[in-house]
Amino acid sequence: MMSDGILQPGQRVRVREDYPPGHIRTPVYIRGKIGHVTRVFGEFENPERLGVGLDGKPKKMLYEVRFKQADVWPNYNGPVHDTVDIDIYQHWLEKA
Amino acid sequence: MRGPHDVGGIPAGPVDTEPHKMTFWEKQIDAMHTLLGDDKRRITVRDQNRHYIESLGQDAYTRLNYYERWTAAMALQLVKKGVLTQDEIDAKIAEIKQRLEETGELE
Repeated sequence: MMSDGILQPGQRVRVREDYPPGHIRTPVYIRGKIGHVTRVFGEFENPERLGVGLDGKPKKMLYEVRFKQADVWPNYNGPVHDTVDIDIYQHWLEKA
Repeated sequence: MRGPHDVGGIPAGPVDTEPHKMTFWEKQIDAMHTLLGDDKRRITVRDQNRHYIESLGQDAYTRLNYYERWTAAMALQLVKKGVLTQDEIDAKIAEIKQRLEETGELE
């Protein structure tokens, strides 16, 4: 569990490389990758807990995280400035 | 663990970007999903419905189209939560099938 407070835009983060069962909103292809926070959306009910019929509490901070496509895909041959933005909950992020 | 829905990065061929017109039954399922998941009923809540869809298994997930997955997931939840029994669902399906056969509407 993440305990070092709300992440700020610009913060470099690494996505947890973890493969638990259940209703997970963090796509597999982004796990373990490094990007940076671009937006802080606020707190939302945790879909992993809503997914199994619980009330979604405690709420989790949700961020928009931007990744360079070249950091995500091996041998990416598009423009170097291409990025992908993904909404990720705080418990899937660690400072990098 | 990668669910059947989590396909980012897996070779899949070209994506069909043509808009699809919704059929009447698909609209019915959409409406039913909204009603069953509203604040009063909370039977098929969004994330839970998705979890059921993701848990259908690779074979069923691939074989069924979008709203067929919704339908399968909703039926599972209605049975699990005691709203309907599988026997009631099966009986209704048989009844409708017979009616459509009689009117020649069965696809």
